[in-house]
Amino acid sequence: MVYQLTFHREIERLKNRFMVLGSLVEDRVRKACAAILTRDPDLLSEIIGSDWEIDEMEIEIEEECLKILALHQPVARDLRLLIAIIKINNELERIADIAVNIAKRVQTISKDSDLEFTIDYHPMSARVMQMLKMGLDSLVTEDAALARRIFIEDEVVDQLRNQAYKGVLRALNSEVGHAACLVNLYLLARHLERIGDRATNIAEEVIYLVEGEIVRGDTE
Amino acid sequence: MDAAQAVLKISDMPFPAVDEQQGTVEGAGPAPRADNRDTVGEPFVEDPRMTCRDVNVYYGEKHAIRDVSIDIAHNEVLAMIGPSGCGKSTFLRCLNRMNDTVDTCRVSGRILLDGLDIYGRLVDVVPLRARVGMVFQKPNPFPKSIYDNIAYGPRIHGLAESRSELDGIVENSLKKAGLWQEVHDRLDQPGTGLSGGQQQRLCIARAIAVQPEVILMDEPCSALDPIATATVEDLIAELREQYTIVIVTHNMQQAARVSRRTAYFHLGALIEVGPTDRIFTNPRHRLTEDYITGRFG
Repeated sequence: MVYQLTFHREIERLKNRFMVLGSLVEDRVRKACAAILTRDPDLLSEIIGSDWEIDEMEIEIEEECLKILALHQPVARDLRLLIAIIKINNELERIADIAVNIAKRVQTISKDSDLEFTIDYHPMSARVMQMLKMGLDSLVTEDAALARRIFIEDEVVDQLRNQAYKGVLRALNSEVGHAACLVNLYLLARHLERIGDRATNIAEEVIYLVEGEIVRGDTE
Repeated sequence: MDAAQAVLKISDMPFPAVDEQQGTVEGAGPAPRADNRDTVGEPFVEDPRMTCRDVNVYYGEKHAIRDVSIDIAHNEVLAMIGPSGCGKSTFLRCLNRMNDTVDTCRVSGRILLDGLDIYGRLVDVVPLRARVGMVFQKPNPFPKSIYDNIAYGPRIHGLAESRSELDGIVENSLKKAGLWQEVHDRLDQPGTGLSGGQQQRLCIARAIAVQPEVILMDEPCSALDPIATATVEDLIAELREQYTIVIVTHNMQQAARVSRRTAYFHLGALIEVGPTDRIFTNPRHRLTEDYITGRFG
């Protein structure tokens, strides 16, 4: 039998709490992606108004990590787990901020009801949500191979952003008088792509946790 | 799906349990099985100060050290860690033949110091123990003056031809041990009157006085308070410039702080050797990982 120290129990509690944060952020991104399609004003207000929950939980988790580091000086896998949690915690908080930014862009776009041009963001949203899910799943299952698949997905998401850019560039010429709306439409692509980038950062931390090697997705 | 459902979805997935049989975590790299007793990591170095090959130690019937092979480099601090009874102190004591004093102890294999087999027939242990000095767990100054504690070794080894030369050795040794400033005006007072930390540094100065190449330290700080410990650890970092140091410690943070390489012993076997930063961030053997993270079974 393996004895469990208080410290190990604290790490277990931290992991569980952290997974709750992961789920909340996943939920925010899912709602933001749904709002791109539906432009539901209530949903948009909900996303923008609930960000404080994520912020508070992020601070709580960071404080807990710092406490464990200071009091228990963890090493090896425990140390790598805490470092991964501290860094992914930050990524999750930023992803939730991006979900809020998406909601604000959609609010702006909704004001311009005359614009006929649109971009189907469904494929890009689906990929980005999948990347975030893969990132959190790879953390839970400590699966470096799954984490590495995120790097490949990220390239596809970058291509989709480029397509959106070109589409908006063309529309700026054809849809005169809608520049503000079109810029916000492009920024949605930019925000989604940034969520993808942050999912890639999560993957890097998972690989460090599992393999003990620091990797960067763009060097793969 | 609402937030509550999302929470369940993720948090219902358990973190992977450690596979006791395989000694690995699912998805992890190729960690050796927990029952593998071959040394992993980097036990050998180029141009070693000491070379140990296939060292076995028996206390009567008890097989205390099993096939240990390791090099000790010039000017390095090697920390030896492991649970009580793992053989780390026994192995340390082989390095200057301190085990010769135990009647039932038998050592086989080869241990070389600068290419010389220290268990060779013609080797005299007295000069050997000057070349490979030792500092013990509990400070053990002689019941003599501070001066005589340091001067004793150089006198019996004939290292000083005059009083002034001996004075120089005493001063130099105390300076290297970081004790000179504290005791230079009371060298005639008993060494046993110093504080615990000062006594331990006096013992280190005593070992330095006979110009050793290697200094063995067997839990040198376990009887000291945190401030005295920090002073001795600081001293170890300075001594590394001139000497090879092998330290046995139960304090893993101490091993992490002072050493360049760390060796992990388990039930008489050398399980893993590697750079200290790697051992404490990413050990390769499951047994090392379990020990340093406190998952002892």
